[in-house]
Amino acid sequence: MFFHIRKALTDIRENRFLNTVTLFTISLCVLNVCAFCLLYINVQDMFDNWKKGLRVMVYLTPELTDARRQEMTSQLKDMKDVQAVRFISKTQALALMKERMPRQTSLLENLRENPLPDAFEVTLTPQVHSPGKMESLAKTIESLAGVSDVEYGRPWIERFSRFFNLFKLAGYGLGAIFFMATIFITANTIRLILYTRREEMQIMRLVGATDSFINMPYYLEGIIQGGVGGLVGIGLLYGVFSLMGDQFRETLSAEMVKIRFLPLSICILMVCGSMATGLLSAFFSLKQFMKR
Amino acid sequence: MVTTTEKSAIIRMFHVHKRYNTKQALADITLDIHKNEFLFIGGPSGAGKSTLLKLLYLAEPVSSGQILVDGMNLSRIPRGRIPFLRRKFGVIFQDYKLIPTRTVYENVAIVLEACGQSRGVVEKKVRNMLRVVGMEDRLKAYPPGLSGGEQQRIAVARAVVGDPDIILADEPTGSLDDESAHVIFELLARFYLRGATVVVATHDRSLIGSAIGRVVHLREGRLDSGSES
Repeated sequence: MFFHIRKALTDIRENRFLNTVTLFTISLCVLNVCAFCLLYINVQDMFDNWKKGLRVMVYLTPELTDARRQEMTSQLKDMKDVQAVRFISKTQALALMKERMPRQTSLLENLRENPLPDAFEVTLTPQVHSPGKMESLAKTIESLAGVSDVEYGRPWIERFSRFFNLFKLAGYGLGAIFFMATIFITANTIRLILYTRREEMQIMRLVGATDSFINMPYYLEGIIQGGVGGLVGIGLLYGVFSLMGDQFRETLSAEMVKIRFLPLSICILMVCGSMATGLLSAFFSLKQFMKR
Repeated sequence: MVTTTEKSAIIRMFHVHKRYNTKQALADITLDIHKNEFLFIGGPSGAGKSTLLKLLYLAEPVSSGQILVDGMNLSRIPRGRIPFLRRKFGVIFQDYKLIPTRTVYENVAIVLEACGQSRGVVEKKVRNMLRVVGMEDRLKAYPPGLSGGEQQRIAVARAVVGDPDIILADEPTGSLDDESAHVIFELLARFYLRGATVVVATHDRSLIGSAIGRVVHLREGRLDSGSES
């Protein structure tokens, strides 16, 4: 193995220009994919943060007895995906309304009777994020005796969820395009190197070298190119991320959520993926070349 | 019944034909080459001498007929076994086939490295072989900087460093001056005396004249009847 690694490094050194171009291309592709991941995880964080405040309002019928209300509290608390249940009486609701709408206080004070219903405010666990899951939970709650209406901001959730799915899909598409582009470019570089080495490969074959012995340095070359390209790409992204400045990040953080860099596990995964891409590129070009 | 001749034959060729499109390069070659034999294949240029050698180490496939090498039928050998068959041969090519971007040491070492030998063993054997061919002081030189005779000596060193059973030499002295040709021939004779089977394809009558073994002649792709001497 040491022999093959040495040979791969020698080949890289001897074909500096071609290898630099490949490395640069891989780095740019990794940079793009990682930048998208960075955006994705931060939007995901934002979404998760927003979900922490997700509530379902359960409006109750006026004739509901206290006993039934107690029973309903336990029923709601026992439901899967429900984190907390808070009862808001119609009096509390009106007071809250007055507090939140100070300009309409006179209007609200002139009411002959309180038109607001008693309600439960149900806080959900962060795992509930798909509109389907929320809808099924709302339906279950709606079927309970004494419930007149359930409100959970369905259109908004659906719209956001659709946008998020589209965002994810675009990410996959972008990733696939960059993946193919990287393979194409790296495979072509390795093919060019193979052309310069074809006489040597032919001689090696004639003196009894197996195909795997001949191919091994090129596989390693692909892996090394991929690995170094991946590291450079992530390094560049980290540089840009750091250059953005703490102030900018703090502004964003104050508004929504703390902006963070890619976790180490994702960085390792990206470098491994980049190495696998290099290996695949070498595999494709060698497969074609060795047929000759 | 297996005769003594059949038993000692390391290479057996039966009605071998080789065609390149419509051109017949070899026709109906039947020949036995024995273990530890020094065989000259003579004949003019274009007679099919190089083609015959290429068929032996599977650089070219036969068009028809059969070749057995050490009991292995070359027509039935799986692709993955070809490198192992080639390790039985040490081939000295007409055009040397040295890798110009590799040093003398690396050119010779490649055979042993391909066989998976350790670095220490490779170094020891390569240095020793370069000493035998008188090139130990040119370890780090590159082939383009060497004379034809020196390149051919490196080619000989590469052919024999793996201690092959059979040495095939295709016009080994073709482009060399008399002195260099003599050195190369002496080297081949030395490996023959060590127990290798040596097959030399040459049109050099003086080399054939100094023959220490059997001589067969090829003419227009056929073995010249009654040519054996």
